[in-house]
Amino acid sequence: MSRVEAPAPRLSTDEVTERAREIAEAIKSSDGAVVAMGARTQWEVGGPVPDVDHALVLRAPSGVVAYDPAELTITCGAGTPVGSLDAVLAEAGQECPLDPVDPAATVGGLLAAGLSGRRRLRWGPLRERLLEARFVTGDGRIVKGGGPTVKNVTGFDVPRLLVGSLGTLGVIVQVTLRCQPRQPVSQWTEGPVGVSAADVRRRLFNPSCVATDGRGVHVLLEGHADDIEAEIVSSGCLPVAAAPLAPAGPWRGRISVPVTAMRALVVALGALSAASGDGPSVTWLAEWGVGTVHVAASSAEGLLAARALAQAQGGWLLREAGSLASDGAGTGAGGSDATGTGGVDDGYGVGLPDPLIQRRLKLAFDPAGRLNPGRIPL
Amino acid sequence: MAATVPDHRAERSFSSPSDGDLARLVADLGTALDPDRARSDPLELALYARDAGVASGRASAVCFPRTTAEVAAAVQTARRHGRPFLGRGSGTGLAGGATPVDDPVVIVTTQMNRVLEVDVDERFAWVEPGVLNLDLTRAVAHLGLHYAPDPSSQQACSIGGNVATNAGGPHCLLYGTTQAHVLAAEVVLPDGTVTMLGGLGPDQPGYDLRGVFVGSEGTMGIATKIAVRLMPDPPALRTLLLDFTDVDAAAATVSGIIADGLVPAALEMMDADITRMVEDFVGAGYPRDAAAVLLVEVDGLTYGVDDAVEIIRRVGTANGARTVRVAADAAERNLLWKGRKSAFGAIARIAPNYYLHDTVVPRTRLVEVLRGVYAIADEQRIKVVNVFHAGDGNLHPLLVFDGREPGVMERVHAAGDAIIELSLSVGGVLSGEHGIGLEKRAHMRSQFSPDDLHVQAGVRDAFDPDGFSNPHKVLPAGSRCGDIQSIPEGVWV
Repeated sequence: MSRVEAPAPRLSTDEVTERAREIAEAIKSSDGAVVAMGARTQWEVGGPVPDVDHALVLRAPSGVVAYDPAELTITCGAGTPVGSLDAVLAEAGQECPLDPVDPAATVGGLLAAGLSGRRRLRWGPLRERLLEARFVTGDGRIVKGGGPTVKNVTGFDVPRLLVGSLGTLGVIVQVTLRCQPRQPVSQWTEGPVGVSAADVRRRLFNPSCVATDGRGVHVLLEGHADDIEAEIVSSGCLPVAAAPLAPAGPWRGRISVPVTAMRALVVALGALSAASGDGPSVTWLAEWGVGTVHVAASSAEGLLAARALAQAQGGWLLREAGSLASDGAGTGAGGSDATGTGGVDDGYGVGLPDPLIQRRLKLAFDPAGRLNPGRIPL
Repeated sequence: MAATVPDHRAERSFSSPSDGDLARLVADLGTALDPDRARSDPLELALYARDAGVASGRASAVCFPRTTAEVAAAVQTARRHGRPFLGRGSGTGLAGGATPVDDPVVIVTTQMNRVLEVDVDERFAWVEPGVLNLDLTRAVAHLGLHYAPDPSSQQACSIGGNVATNAGGPHCLLYGTTQAHVLAAEVVLPDGTVTMLGGLGPDQPGYDLRGVFVGSEGTMGIATKIAVRLMPDPPALRTLLLDFTDVDAAAATVSGIIADGLVPAALEMMDADITRMVEDFVGAGYPRDAAAVLLVEVDGLTYGVDDAVEIIRRVGTANGARTVRVAADAAERNLLWKGRKSAFGAIARIAPNYYLHDTVVPRTRLVEVLRGVYAIADEQRIKVVNVFHAGDGNLHPLLVFDGREPGVMERVHAAGDAIIELSLSVGGVLSGEHGIGLEKRAHMRSQFSPDDLHVQAGVRDAFDPDGFSNPHKVLPAGSRCGDIQSIPEGVWV
């Protein structure tokens, strides 16, 4: 991620504690919907957001609470922009590979949306980064989950539930994240012509990303300059100046598919893109070995068509942007209308697994169902 | 979703069964499985009355399913008879997580021990829960792959148990604990139904149920089939032994290596006494007069690994390392690791009993906490040795004693409590890899507030609203609003 922001300022523990108390009081002294708001860079992810004009809107504090590079952890307010956090880490030669599309995203917003960055193949999913979270529940309890150390198995792993919860379990106030040394060199390359993503991956030890858009293979190599040089020679990949572009369009989504079904899905998506001459335009970028496919379309029908292909391969598509208001015909097979929201798409298109457990979890954090109602189709 | 307030009931306790109840229970389990694999004779029950920790309890029956359907049948049978149940792998846990409380049916998964599928291209395997940790790595070694989490008990512990405890090991420093290596788990839920948590895809709709199941210590059901990540063997691998004339210098080297921008694959520390004991036991070539040794492993691609070796040499020397030995070949590497992994065997030679602790402290506080641990042991007149995962601050103070000495257990527990409180006071946590089980339940209140525990109780109840799955573990009594404080009957710690 390029450094585009000034380093985040300091934030005292007292300030965080005070803010948490204010948030808890605000929740307890009101009723109705509660919405945690960050930078709104992922505002449309998932189900529809409650009307903020008729909800209690809460913001987390911004700034670094504690950072000692020798600990490989950083503690910050959840409202800290990821870019400014990255600037702090960069000064010490470290990073936290959160890799949002927009570095203006807040740490809390990114975690709540749960969307992992492009380097997941090597550095793991977003949820592995969150060590400890302080948050306020729907009934106004100030709660700490997890622990501040890099290793911890004390109690149930509550922070993990917050990642991807879209603000439905708590208002995240402060987080501790696991960092890592910045790699000396980070080089995007293109795979040799005619060689599949799977074959390119096999030629490399530990690439950070292997992505394909159906036309070429894009590979991110990170590490010691001489190792990258050697891997470029042995794999036949060619260095390029820039990362592959994320699919862009008014309708966007993220497919999650079993890694074993990626090959078939990519073939189907390729056919969908090729057939788009007289229909909606659909572009995509598939992260090989991960099972994530970023999709953009020029219309709701295009994104719904990609969703249907994902579901046919045992996967699903999470809406990231663009209304999928349903006329009753377009939603993919297996689509659920459990939200009871009529024609509005629930953002997921599939029923949640183990819905009873999910609903009970929601109740444990938010007994009155006030936090971001409808954002996850429970 | 209906806006109803959950019922904050107390944690459920189960009364002891009568002899007649037991006979009917075992008969039904025998019908559900096979009479040979449902047992209740006293010898069998005694075998399953504890794990490798110090607490012991009592099972009502023990059964050995071979399929998911049999696990589900055992759970359903237990519930029909009003008995809780407890899933168990090899029983190598140290926190009493597999110690039966409230006379549960112990469901042992050791006979479910097949590696079902290995996908070389996508680097994962489906395994049954009874597969032993090291057996999985052995089964895929010829493919150039391995299973990264490597707890010290890896020759004996099962993958199912690893999932329950979110097991760690030396190589979790770089590669993460079990949590980072479990893609999916087929689980028999506490109500006896079967589900799949997680999957081979990167994200699931809704909350991360797989993630919260891993490390739940058997309180959310029993894993019957697990998809684990396999890692490619690194092209380059170097193992170093550094020795120091004082502990502070070794600890400063640990922080220095990390601060220098290097995260080794493993970074282990042993203090003077354990180094000498291990050397006398296995002859690994450790210097007998060292105040501390560091065992460091780096892996990856060649140039990066060569650089890493030089960083470690430089940081170590700058902090006063007496020698920096780089293993010349696989044989020497294996010997160095044999020393580390034989530590517990070595202790058995000097005293009949030991009590192993497992706290984590910030890496930069290692020196002061180690000093505190020695002072606590002196005060309680207990011998302590330290062999631990220094890279992630995961301390393992080993209190070594002879349990036949009158009054010694009180001093062992007092020392243990003091070590735990010291670790928490510097910003550490109760457990890095062993879990809470029964052993550390009472200490949970030192790390978590009543509101923290209330939410954790709600998470557990989401999976097991009736409290049948491994009752009385992890959370202290009173975690729920309205809970009654009690010490479970029939438990001897």
